[in-house]
Amino acid sequence: MPEGDARNDEPYLRMYRQMRRIRAFEENAQKLYLSGKMPGLTHLYIGQEAVAVGICESLKRTDHITSTHRGHGHCLAKGADLTKMFCELLGKSEGYCRGKGGSMHIADQDNGNLGANAIVGGSAGIATGAALTAKRLGTGSVSVCFFGDGALGQGLLYECMNMAALWKLPVIYACENNLYGEYTHVSEMAAGKLAARAEAFGIDARTVDGQDVLAVNELAASLVEKARRGGGPSFAILETYRFHGHHVGDINRKYYRSDEEEKEWKSNKDPIKNFGAWLVSEEIAAEEELSGIASDVDAEAAAAVQYALEAPYPSGAEVSSHVFKEAA
Amino acid sequence: MKEITFSNAVNEAIAEEMRRDPRVILLGEDVAEAGTPFKILSGLVEEFGTDRVVDTPISEPGFTGIAVGAAMTGLRPVVDLMFGDFLFLIMDQLCNQAAKTHYMSGGKLNVPMVLRTNMGATRRSAAQHSQSLHALVAHIPGLKVCMPATAYEAKGLLKSAIRDDNPVVVFEDKMSYQEKAQIPETEHLIPLGKACVVREGTDITLVGTSSMVQAAAAAADLLSDEGISAEVIDPRTIAPLDEETILASVRKTSRAIVIDEGHRNCGITAEIAARIAENAFYYLDAPVQRLGAMDVPVPFSPALEDLTVPTPELIADCARKAAKGELFRAP
Repeated sequence: MPEGDARNDEPYLRMYRQMRRIRAFEENAQKLYLSGKMPGLTHLYIGQEAVAVGICESLKRTDHITSTHRGHGHCLAKGADLTKMFCELLGKSEGYCRGKGGSMHIADQDNGNLGANAIVGGSAGIATGAALTAKRLGTGSVSVCFFGDGALGQGLLYECMNMAALWKLPVIYACENNLYGEYTHVSEMAAGKLAARAEAFGIDARTVDGQDVLAVNELAASLVEKARRGGGPSFAILETYRFHGHHVGDINRKYYRSDEEEKEWKSNKDPIKNFGAWLVSEEIAAEEELSGIASDVDAEAAAAVQYALEAPYPSGAEVSSHVFKEAA
Repeated sequence: MKEITFSNAVNEAIAEEMRRDPRVILLGEDVAEAGTPFKILSGLVEEFGTDRVVDTPISEPGFTGIAVGAAMTGLRPVVDLMFGDFLFLIMDQLCNQAAKTHYMSGGKLNVPMVLRTNMGATRRSAAQHSQSLHALVAHIPGLKVCMPATAYEAKGLLKSAIRDDNPVVVFEDKMSYQEKAQIPETEHLIPLGKACVVREGTDITLVGTSSMVQAAAAAADLLSDEGISAEVIDPRTIAPLDEETILASVRKTSRAIVIDEGHRNCGITAEIAARIAENAFYYLDAPVQRLGAMDVPVPFSPALEDLTVPTPELIADCARKAAKGELFRAP
């Protein structure tokens, strides 16, 4: 940034760094999985980074989010630490959930993350309930319920949206339309217009390019502000794309989407590449600065992976702790 | 002490806890002005207002899920699930979300909510409004399950449930709402996970849950006329289950019958009988017997419905055979 420039470029660079961190995290998660070091299964967020980052940039630490099975990006965007994330992915005791949750259940209460959820649409109630708490206790907090287009098939979502509208709750339903629920295109699973689902409840529905972090952030900021001043719920449709398969093992995808389609999104609609180019063209950052950020986060991720690989597993005695919260 | 109905005991428990703790809210269908179809919650909305006594749409999974999220973030919701049969509608929110949150988060998050619902047949409500589904819930680690048998227990257990930091499901027998009992006029809490010896005896142990406690006590009266001394145990909560009180009784009497209004197949009677067999086998003089609801959907016709539930006469008959050392198998 040129000296004497009054423009505050900090949020731009923070968002760029956060998107890069998510990408670096996911690339490492994929490596861990493919090299057999990570148990279970994992769903990569690569390609959708602008959604989580653009939205979480508009939130305070005390605001709540709920996330999905494809949740690493949301957790990181809301402030999670790479080391504790990798520890959790590997089932280690220093993980966010002491290794009891794993990839699909990372919860980080200190940063307002009420948990990723492995039931599609399963957190609609939790996010809406957090908004009920905010309204009842007057905390001023807002909740964001992240879910994919697949969750549009779940009745729970509509029940909760109805109550959020009736009670004017400060909740934002963030529908990440990455076009596929597992291996099936959204057009085969959701009839009618997506936005009409929210409009039926009198909830304002907005559609935005989910690959454009600034557009996402601008929309999110306005919806968060509206929720905070008592304007009730909103519904955002974020048009995005998962660059990889449903999960890491989903390699042969030709039967449900074409190579051309993937290539088009990866080449022309990569949210990080495009935002980086914009930062350079606007002279907010030089190429070297961006590659510096990339090397920083790559090094951070590599160190976190190494730490997690060497970290201890929980002791066997932990298997029966935390079933119930003991009385204080 | 004062005499009070089961229904009023529930109402008093909620009112007292709402006065004590502003975080307690009530959610459910027609809980406010209507006070529920059973009129259990009448008067609460007048005292606490519609911010804390919240009428919901007919969306059981939705309002249960909202209660889970509210509980995770600082409220202490009491959810009214109008009929126990509607548990099937909310299983994901109760069993995948509420029950597992504390464990899955490694102890970071917890869900201090109470779900009150009912159970019990013979109200001529047919198969979708008459089930006793507590075993289903007790099967899931992370949930506590209360089965109050009387107004005394209804109040004391519910107050403890509301103060508990975990999800607790309370099953109230809908046929017991107008039954009266003596309860203390002072603060009345009953610890979760502690059984009660309702009546002492020496010849046979009758373990009954919910309204089957009264049925067992009535059977004990019949048996006592014949010189058979039955001990009646009320577990009060089936999760956690106070195994020790049950085992201590069986070690003393050497005979046991477990009675419950849930279906017999895979029911809570099976769990209790198995624990007795595992831990008190060498004290037993007869096989442990189980009496539960018949393994049929609950029929509507009174002529059929009454056949499906254990009665004091049936319990006494089984106990008599067991005490005499007759070989038999409970129906």
